[in-house]
Amino acid sequence: MSAVLEVHNLVKKYGENTAVNDVSFDIQEGEIFSLLGPNGAGKTTTISILSTLLSPTAGDATIFGHSVTRDPMEVKRLIGVVPQEIALYDDMSALENLNFWGEMYGLSGGALKTRVKELLEQIGLADRAKERIKTYSGGMKRRVNIAVGLMHQPRLLFMDEPTVGIDPQSRRAILDSVKSLNAAGMTILYTTHYMEEAQELSDRVGIIDHGKLIALGTQSELTAKVGEMDTLILHLAEDEDSGHLAQALKTLSGVLQANPSDHTVALVTPVAEELLAPVVSRANELGIKIQSVDMREPNLEAVFLHLTGRALRD
Amino acid sequence: MNLRKLLLIALKDLRLIFRDPTGLVIMLLAPFALTLGMGALSGRFSGSTQLGISQISVAIVNQDSGELGQALEDVFTSRELNELIAADILTDPAAARALVDEDQIAAAIIVPEGFTASIFSPESGGDVPVVEFYENPTRPTSTGIARSILESFLNQVEIGRVSGTLIVSQLLASGALQPQQAAALGAEVGREVVGSTEDSPSIKLNANTVEGSGAKFDLLAYIAPGMAMFFLMYTVTMGGRSLLVESRTGTLARMLISPTNPGFVLGGKGFGIFLTSAAQLLILIGGTSLLFRLSWGDGTAVALLILAAAFGASGWGILMAAVLKTPGQVAITGSAIALLFGIIGGSFFDLHMLPEWVRTIAKVTPNSWANEGFRILSMGGKLAAIQPHLTALMSMGALLYALGTILISRRGLVRK
Repeated sequence: MSAVLEVHNLVKKYGENTAVNDVSFDIQEGEIFSLLGPNGAGKTTTISILSTLLSPTAGDATIFGHSVTRDPMEVKRLIGVVPQEIALYDDMSALENLNFWGEMYGLSGGALKTRVKELLEQIGLADRAKERIKTYSGGMKRRVNIAVGLMHQPRLLFMDEPTVGIDPQSRRAILDSVKSLNAAGMTILYTTHYMEEAQELSDRVGIIDHGKLIALGTQSELTAKVGEMDTLILHLAEDEDSGHLAQALKTLSGVLQANPSDHTVALVTPVAEELLAPVVSRANELGIKIQSVDMREPNLEAVFLHLTGRALRD
Repeated sequence: MNLRKLLLIALKDLRLIFRDPTGLVIMLLAPFALTLGMGALSGRFSGSTQLGISQISVAIVNQDSGELGQALEDVFTSRELNELIAADILTDPAAARALVDEDQIAAAIIVPEGFTASIFSPESGGDVPVVEFYENPTRPTSTGIARSILESFLNQVEIGRVSGTLIVSQLLASGALQPQQAAALGAEVGREVVGSTEDSPSIKLNANTVEGSGAKFDLLAYIAPGMAMFFLMYTVTMGGRSLLVESRTGTLARMLISPTNPGFVLGGKGFGIFLTSAAQLLILIGGTSLLFRLSWGDGTAVALLILAAAFGASGWGILMAAVLKTPGQVAITGSAIALLFGIIGGSFFDLHMLPEWVRTIAKVTPNSWANEGFRILSMGGKLAAIQPHLTALMSMGALLYALGTILISRRGLVRK
C-alpha cells in the first residue's frame, strides 16, 4: 500500500486559539482512517484544511502527491467531501441537487445523467428523486448528502461526522455504505465522536483532542496503551458532587485514575471487580448515591480516558 | 468551464428565488398590487380613456425671442397635451410665481431672455441661461408631470447643443472648417437636431391608449417605475442574504470545495443577484405593459435601462452581504435601505419636492437614476436622453461589486 494522504505538522490558529496543533499522519490507499475526538477537538478544521477550504497557519498536506496549499485545484478534483451539515438546496429535488453538484464537478450530458441515476438507485431514492429535499426525512437527506460527495467517483473520500442527528436505522445504512465504498476500493477519512463507529469501521484511528493528535494506530495498538485496564463508570444523581467523590476514590488501592465529569466518575483500574465494594462503601460514607455502574473492557473510549483523563463525550 | 459554472450558480439562484413564495410576493405581487392600487386611486382604471390627472395648470413666461422658447410654448400648448396640461401664456415672471404661491396653478415655467441664442451660439462658451421651473409643493404629482415634460424638452435641446459643438470641433480639428464658419455651422446643426423633435418629438407621450387614438400621458408610467425600483431593492437584499445563508448551510463551502475557482463562485452569486433583479424588472415591465397597456417607451433603451438598473441595484446586495454578518442583519438592513432609497430616490413622490441636499444624496440610490430614466423613456425620450442614467447606474454597479468583492475576500467568506 502507498500513502494517498500525508499530513505534515499541520497548524491552524485563530488569534490566540489553536484549533489544529502540529498534526501529522498519513492514510494508506484502501484504508478507512478515523479521526476520533470530542466536539471541538479539531476534526472538522483538519478536514477543512485537507479539502482546501481553509489555509493552514503552518504545515502542509499532500493528496496523491499534490499539495493542498500549492495545488488546491488538483486536490479538489481528486477528493470527495461529505460535510457534517446537510449542504443541499432544500427547495430543489434530489435529482436537481445531484445534477447541480455533478455539473459543479465537471460532469455533463450523458455521463451526468447516468451517474445521477446510479447514485439515486444506490441511495434508494430513485422513486422520490423529483421530490424536494425539504420533504425528506433526516436520514434521506444524509443519504443525498453522501451521494453528492460521491458524484465524481473520487479515490479519496472525506466524511465529516456523517451520522450526526439521525435515527439508528439510517445510521446503520450509512455505516454499511461506508464499508461497501471501502470494499469497492475507496480510501476514506472518517471523523466521528462516536467510539463505536470508529471501532466498527476503522483500519486505523487517530485520536484528536484540543487540536492535538494524541494517539495513532490500529485499534489493537491503541488499546494496548491502556494494557489490561478496565474502566468503571459510576453514574450519580444530578445533584451529586462528582468531583468530591473522584477525589475521595483516588486514595483507594487499585485506582489509577479517577476522572469526574457531569454526574459521572470514571475509574481506570486493573482490578475492577474487586474495587466495586470499596467504591460503593466510600460513596456511602460521603453520603453520595451511586445510581448505576458500568464496567468497560479496554476500548477506544478507555484509551481516550487514559490519555486525556476525560470521557470521550465530555 | 469556470464561466459555465458561474452561469450554473446564477441560474440556480434564479430558480430558487422564483420558487420562494415569500420572494414572489415581494418581487412581483406587491409591486403589481401597489401599482394597481395607486393607479386605481388616481382614476387610471375608471373605464374611460381620460387621465386620472388632467388639466394641470401651468403658466409659461417666454422671455426668449428665439425659436426654442417658442418651441417650448408650442409643446405645452400642443393638441396632444391639451387634456393633460392647461397652459397659460403670461409675460410677467413675478405674476406667474405669485399664481403658484397662491396655489392657483401647479407650476410656472420661465424661459429667460437669450435662451435660444445661448444654445446656438458657440461664443456663449457653454454659459446657458437656466429655464426656471417654479413649482407648487402642495401638488407633487402635477408638478412632477409638468417637470418631466420640460426635462424631456430640455434633454433634446442639450443633445442638439452637444451635437453641434462636437461636429464643429471635429471639423475645425481636421481643417475642413474655417473658424469664421464655425458659428454658423454649429447653430445650423443644433437647430436640425433640436428641430427633429418636430418629426420625432422627444415629448411624444404615450400614444398607445385603449383606442389607440391620440397621444396621452399615462400616470401609471409615473408610478410603475417607482414601485418596480422600490421592490427591486428588496430583491437584491434577498440575493445578498442568500450568500450568507449559503455560507451557513454549507452549500457555499461545498461549491468552494468543488474544482471551481473561488472567484467564479463569488461571481456566480453576484451574477445570480443581477439576473434575478433583471428578471424581476422585465416581468414587472412586461406585466404592466400587458395588464395595464402601459407604454414604457423605446424598447432598446428600456432593455438597456433594465440591465443597468439591475446591475446598479444588485451591487448594493453584494455590498450588504460583504459588510453585514448574518442573514438576519441583511434582511433588516436591506429593508431599511429599500425604504430609505424608495423615499429619497423618488419611488413614492417626486424627487424635486425634496431639499437640494437630499436630491444630492439621492444620487447614490439606483432608484433616483432608474426612476428618472424610465420616466424619460415613457414620455417618449430616446436612448441618448438616458445616457447619463445608464452611465451612473453602470458605474454604481461596478464600484459596489468591486468593493463588495474586496470586502468579502478580506472577510474570508470564500477562503479563510
